[in-house]
Amino acid sequence: MADHSSHHHDTESGVIAEPQTKAIWKTFVILSVLTAFEFLIAFTLHHGFLKTSIFVLMTIVKAFYIVGEFMHLKHEVKSLIWAIVLPCIFVVWLLLALLMEGGFVFIAR
Amino acid sequence: MAATATTEAPVFDKKTWMGGVEPMRVSYGKLMMWFFLISDTFTFSALLVTYGFIRFSYQAYDPAIFGEYHFSNLYWPIPERVYESVPFLHGVQLPLVFVGIMTFILIFSSVTMVLAVEAGHRMDKAAVEKYMLWTILGGLTFLGSQAWEWTHFIHGTDEGTVIRELVNGQWIERTIFGANLTENQYGPPAFADLFFFITGFHGTHVLSGVVLNILIFYRTSFGLYQRRGHYEMVEKVGLYWHFVDLVWVFVFTFFYLV
Repeated sequence: MADHSSHHHDTESGVIAEPQTKAIWKTFVILSVLTAFEFLIAFTLHHGFLKTSIFVLMTIVKAFYIVGEFMHLKHEVKSLIWAIVLPCIFVVWLLLALLMEGGFVFIAR
Repeated sequence: MAATATTEAPVFDKKTWMGGVEPMRVSYGKLMMWFFLISDTFTFSALLVTYGFIRFSYQAYDPAIFGEYHFSNLYWPIPERVYESVPFLHGVQLPLVFVGIMTFILIFSSVTMVLAVEAGHRMDKAAVEKYMLWTILGGLTFLGSQAWEWTHFIHGTDEGTVIRELVNGQWIERTIFGANLTENQYGPPAFADLFFFITGFHGTHVLSGVVLNILIFYRTSFGLYQRRGHYEMVEKVGLYWHFVDLVWVFVFTFFYLV
């Protein structure tokens, strides 16, 4: 029974495979450490470009681990990865454009 | 039909689409979930981009102009000065601590969800049930925390904030407590509006996720997926649940931290 390669056969024989959770807990530790680090930054650095940059960077790294590992996108085919990532890059463009626009609105009024 | 004679009994194959091929090597349901999530990304992005746009169009807090920080509708508030309360610790200033706890709750429920997906791969029904229950519990705890945060935000601080406003040609002073869609003790009314819209829209997603998770738990415990031969529904709802967690990561940064 044990030499079956597919886990489908295991259920037919009633044997349940051992959990493979190492990667999951590793990702959890990374996410927790990053969040804790964000807290540290929130109370030690003054408001400014550096602080905001660190927050944005941490957020992108956390998003990478959630989407890549938890949502398994890292292990999908390239075309699917790009179908998801590419539209998000345009969103970043929209964000930057409208932040600048907001700054101009502030100057104008 | 000699070619089909070698295949096994006609169980539903999650991998094959109606045309017999499998675009992007994922099942139909999973790909559609991805496309739904990317469209939902646009909705949340629109809300957060709106926040950025409106914030940049307002006066920022500057100690040189306004002196020591206090709540005022003359400038955009610093979020960590607004969100500094924790249940049962009345009057203690703990900036962002409660939001941090909520973040950990949601990340942890994401972990239990991915553990449920992993258990589904192994056809371990009991483990799927166990981790789905933990995920549901995490989601409900998060919703409860958000309800508390909203209540506190709406009722406001003990002192309130004195605002000056023009009524019938005369300046009058008035103390307001908390916030609603038209007035806000913490800053400009737009700040409260965006708080309600962004965290409210996210909370609605968490609520839908909890309902879906309960449905998945129910169908798992009645053995539906075991009979079907795979737990792909757990994966699809899992994708949605991780997305909700992901959105919170962005809301946490761009609404509370920055």
